[in-house]
Amino acid sequence: MDSHQQQDALALLSGDEAVALAAFDAGVTLGTGYPGTPSTEILEYFETLGGKAQWSPNEKVALEVAIGVAFAGRRAIVTMKHVGLNVAADPLFTVASIRLDGALIVITADDPGMASSQNEQDNRRYALAAGVPMLEPSDSQEAYEFTLRAIEISERWHTPILLRMTTRVCHSKSIVRRGTVKVAPSGPAHFEHDLAARVMLPPNARPAHRRLRQTLAAISAWNDKEGPNQLIAGSSSLGIITSGVSFQHVREVAPEASVLKLGLTYPLPLELMRSFAENVDLCMVIEEGEPYLVEGALAAGIHVEGKPNDFRFGELNVNRVRRILEGDTSPEPKRVPGKAPSFCPGCPHRNSYTALKNLECIVPGDIGCYSMGAFAPFDTMDTLVCMGASIGVGLGLRHSLPPEQAKRVVSVIGDSTFVHSGITGLVEMVYNPPPTGHVVLILDNGITAMTGMQEHPGTGRNLEHARTGKVVFEDLARTLGIRNVHVIDPTAQFDEFQKLIQSCLEKPELSVVIARRDCLLAARSIREFERCNEQQAD
Amino acid sequence: MNSKPTNVVIAGLGGQGVIKASDILADVAFSSGVDVKKSELHGMSQRGGSVSSDVRFGERVFSPMVPEGEADYLVVIAPDQIEVNQSVLRAGGTLIDPSLIDESRLTTKKSINVALLGVLSKHLSFPVDAWHTALERNLPEKLRDANLESFTLGRNQ
Repeated sequence: MDSHQQQDALALLSGDEAVALAAFDAGVTLGTGYPGTPSTEILEYFETLGGKAQWSPNEKVALEVAIGVAFAGRRAIVTMKHVGLNVAADPLFTVASIRLDGALIVITADDPGMASSQNEQDNRRYALAAGVPMLEPSDSQEAYEFTLRAIEISERWHTPILLRMTTRVCHSKSIVRRGTVKVAPSGPAHFEHDLAARVMLPPNARPAHRRLRQTLAAISAWNDKEGPNQLIAGSSSLGIITSGVSFQHVREVAPEASVLKLGLTYPLPLELMRSFAENVDLCMVIEEGEPYLVEGALAAGIHVEGKPNDFRFGELNVNRVRRILEGDTSPEPKRVPGKAPSFCPGCPHRNSYTALKNLECIVPGDIGCYSMGAFAPFDTMDTLVCMGASIGVGLGLRHSLPPEQAKRVVSVIGDSTFVHSGITGLVEMVYNPPPTGHVVLILDNGITAMTGMQEHPGTGRNLEHARTGKVVFEDLARTLGIRNVHVIDPTAQFDEFQKLIQSCLEKPELSVVIARRDCLLAARSIREFERCNEQQAD
Repeated sequence: MNSKPTNVVIAGLGGQGVIKASDILADVAFSSGVDVKKSELHGMSQRGGSVSSDVRFGERVFSPMVPEGEADYLVVIAPDQIEVNQSVLRAGGTLIDPSLIDESRLTTKKSINVALLGVLSKHLSFPVDAWHTALERNLPEKLRDANLESFTLGRNQ
């Protein structure tokens, strides 16, 4: 296909794929991220297209690498699910004030309704809190166009920018026309010393904060006049302000209404919103999740009405938007619950949980397929907070519980999660060991299984499945000074495995047990990747 | 005013090819030149749990999700998932489920998803060639013949 054909081509793409296509079309130098539903496919598709993409150990590192790319005058995207931005929040809040030479697009994929997440946070609040401009696409075409607009905005104002997606934008497919937004080619990679702009020590950070507020004021004024917002003329009796996928539901439910569809939702185009609201009898705000737009409007003295509090929870859809507009607050019909997911037959996690259940352990757990250890018939995983929390929470329990209970605490964490944010927990364990000792059980199935089989630093293969440096968990644990480090197959050696956990629990010492057996769904691919890499090495 | 889109919900359990079937249907609609959107939830649903995928097509489609009670067709691959999804079907809508297929005539049982698409295809106005092309485009070569057979079996049911 020549470039001419490509530019006009239509394709049926998911929002994730559309973002990747835009990044590829804009010549993005590097895509970084950590897998997380619903964001994972962005980097995978970017790599398939020929872009350079890397999984980082976690979102904080991914963002820092991307910041380096932008400091070099190039373009970077960094992808994560909504909770990933919590991990990356530290660099985000400071890079907001730093003048960038290249483009830095931070993609956050929120999960209203929590299809596969531990909370329902609305990351539009991050844009406001950090002072980072934010775009919200409503379908795949906008996912494509807004990624390109994000690059323009980032480079024009030398600022990072958030592209805030949601599950229904990431994972819905719709038709994308390519080439609808053209961006200038990326500048050459270069570095000039500019310590005052990039070293955020107080003498530099104070004026940087003032510059940030000036930049945001300039973007706000631009957003009022020329921002990527859409006005749909309609009835003067009802006006609706909306953004993201909610716009699609609104258009379906109220085709007669006037609609102000916001694309750049931080900083808000308040004057545009004000004049829109003044020209309709009733102005409603329809938004999924937190009352972000409505609070912004009300704080600016714009007369709008939001949704009832019940619609703060879960996704919006056509039926729910109809209820909001009709003022219907009767109880919503409940759907018949579906079948819950469960461990695959023969999954090694089944054996690990069987042993922990047999030993009546107290199990602070973590995030991955193995979170299903909290479901029947195991009902064995006792806590889930955030990525990596199993180890810290386990240590806190050990420090607090009476010895008879403390001795039964086992922290359970997966391989990818361990790399993401379990390593610092292990350091804490060595530094502040509980009197009863502690046991960390790493469920190493050789892949990031939950999100769809992504590589991580513990597999020794990169995003493209090619061989690279490998973090060996047992070596790492021993290097930290942990004496009881064991590697065992929980399926082939089940009895020994259970005895091993028991003996570790009986000792007032620190133990790391690595239950190693490849994920059943991934085992064949893993063998194939390894075979290819062997051949390459020969 | 735009005419209403056609709404199809395909449902089953993780691993049954729900998403694959909806990809094929969406591809047929797309290549026939109509507006189309498709939506489903990934993630936890992949582990043997309930999965459903919405496909909407027509002159203009807004929301990617089929509204409750507005599906024209509900295609269910696992019989125990009919009850779970029944409420999405509109009054007078069509349920397409495995009872319509003589499973003993399928070359591979796994292709029941495609056989049910064959049944669905009779109700829709897309040409049969568009279905064949989409099947070829969305399935690995070694599975094509068996799936084409299953599709034809469903279509001739």
